[in-house]
Amino acid sequence: MIFLLKDVFDAAVNYLQVMDENGAVDQSLFPKDLTDEKLVDMLRFMLFTRALDAKTLSLQRQGRAATYAPSIGEEATQVGSAMAMKPGDLFVPNFRQHGVYLVRGLPLDIFFLYWKGYEEGGAIPKEVGGFPYIVPVSSQLPHGAGIAFAQKYMKTGNATLAYVGDGGTSEGNFYEAMNFAGAKSLPLVIIIENNQWAISVPRSAQTASKTLAQKGIAAGIKTLQVDGNDVVAVYKATRDALNDAYNGIPSVLECVTYRMSMHTTADDPTKYRDSAEVEEWKRKDPIDRLRKYLASKQLWDDKKESDAAEEFKKAIDEAVDKAEKFTPDPESMFTNVYSYMPETLQQELDDARENGFYMTKKE
Amino acid sequence: MMTNMVGAINSALDAILNENKNAVILGEDVGKDGGVFRVTDGLQAKYGSDRVLDTPLAESAIIGASIGMAMSGMLPIPEVQFAGFMYMAFDQLINHAARYRSRSRSRFTVPMIVRTPVSGGVRTLEHHSDSPEAYYSHVGGLIVVEPSNPYDAKGLLIKASHMKDPIVFLEPTKLYRLFKQEVPEEPYEVEIGKANVAREGEKLSIITYGTMVPLVKDVVEKKGIDAEIVDLRTINPLDEKTILESVKKTGRAMIVHEAQLSFGAGAEIAARIAEKAIFELDAPVIRVASDSLPYPFPGYENFYIPNAAKVSKAIDRIMSE
Repeated sequence: MIFLLKDVFDAAVNYLQVMDENGAVDQSLFPKDLTDEKLVDMLRFMLFTRALDAKTLSLQRQGRAATYAPSIGEEATQVGSAMAMKPGDLFVPNFRQHGVYLVRGLPLDIFFLYWKGYEEGGAIPKEVGGFPYIVPVSSQLPHGAGIAFAQKYMKTGNATLAYVGDGGTSEGNFYEAMNFAGAKSLPLVIIIENNQWAISVPRSAQTASKTLAQKGIAAGIKTLQVDGNDVVAVYKATRDALNDAYNGIPSVLECVTYRMSMHTTADDPTKYRDSAEVEEWKRKDPIDRLRKYLASKQLWDDKKESDAAEEFKKAIDEAVDKAEKFTPDPESMFTNVYSYMPETLQQELDDARENGFYMTKKE
Repeated sequence: MMTNMVGAINSALDAILNENKNAVILGEDVGKDGGVFRVTDGLQAKYGSDRVLDTPLAESAIIGASIGMAMSGMLPIPEVQFAGFMYMAFDQLINHAARYRSRSRSRFTVPMIVRTPVSGGVRTLEHHSDSPEAYYSHVGGLIVVEPSNPYDAKGLLIKASHMKDPIVFLEPTKLYRLFKQEVPEEPYEVEIGKANVAREGEKLSIITYGTMVPLVKDVVEKKGIDAEIVDLRTINPLDEKTILESVKKTGRAMIVHEAQLSFGAGAEIAARIAEKAIFELDAPVIRVASDSLPYPFPGYENFYIPNAAKVSKAIDRIMSE
């Protein structure tokens, strides 16, 4: 008897970079629809995201915001992918995609309501085309598959972007969602925002997989690894993936970036990682890279930068003021659970209401 | 039409798919096979594989995707093959389905009906016989329904399809084919959140649901006791009013369910009776339930599930007080 050794499957993961760390661009890969105006918008949204992080961190330190997960260092992945969406495309974030919300026009007072700890911050307006932050890691990805299913079922011609971190790729839901999307040919693009750290656990300890993108190969969907600090590459990769998605071909994009700050305000990264590593990634800062490129084309200068900073500060401060004027209505906790008010819940509400929700008034 | 519970649920699903073009059934083997209990039999042939679809074998994805579909204007009706496999989707139900309305202040709602067979007594392999109603009732935000007869099953399911809530619809496996009943061909609703007084009586209130309803009826008839039987039909939110009215009338309360005794729905009901009707009781409340153990293998289940003897003895005890 003769045994034949044969390859039954062969696969590779490609890597995309368009703009290198010094702002030099590979023109052959540069997307044709990426105008100068759009590139300036990208830089502005990235700066806006960083300013929003700085403000929210400061509010948290003053006790004016709850625990917060900053996105510093990950702006290119968020802004580049969000800007590739067409009107009507939807997104499902985890808890860190502040830049995506900014690009999609989330009113900032709603952002602050969420991070100040009010459910009203989950009422994402319809025109934003997105869903509220999701905290249980990876559990949002099956929702993304279901939303994409509805887009296909209702023939909207749109697609869904669903975000997950590097740690999230170890969860069962990550595979289940990719596999479901592949099996049903859904218009879903999963963006892995690989920021190298799942709180204190480094990417290298998370999995033996050489890339995170390759996990998509097992699910039979398209896969690509992208320089996640190169906003042009992220934009191009997402745009291409969305175009496939509109035709029922799902994909997963691993955007390789870096969490330059803490996981959340509840941890101190100096306890678990070397400052040398952080310094090395600072040299690959996604904002510096695009700023250099735009400056070299006379599209950006110090004046534009300081004007933008002022504009963002004003918008953020106004939103903080508005959010801080918000008065929570404890009755809203009871009236937003079921489509009707069950008698037993009404009894609990009546008791709470009659007793002023058991809040003692300050003298 | 004379039909069993399988036929009644099939007829309800047919009516829902016919009425709501955005309603879809999804799950493992629900298509050509018609589900392992044949509840969805013939529906894929009638409505096509876009609306009655077999999914990958992944419960979290089935429920998670259903949540996404529900928030996008569809009415997903996922089937989880057995309640014992639904724990794989527990996170989706507890963390998302139950609280999406609340966490978005009603900006997003999750209208969906999660169907799954529950409870034992049919000699199935392990993990196929759980009674999980208390888990899903405890979180708040999920409506938990469990019919005990074909007529209620069809009416409750159709009512569920007209609500904007995540509904966990528990179908007692043992009752699927146990008996037939006259069920209207046309769609009709049975109110959710409202218990049914299945038998009127003056001396004792027996509050029960699911598999235990026919058993309790039999015991009461055979003993010739003047007992009122309250069939909850909806576990959460509880119809406290009907329970208290009955207990205040009879002065004696007994709760019978197949789920484990400790921390079960019976504890909740007994507590409410204690809080609101204790001075109208002539005897302490009695709970009859399975023992507080993991559900046993089929060879042991007859020692475990409450049977006629256990219910009968409890009745004797409460009536002698």
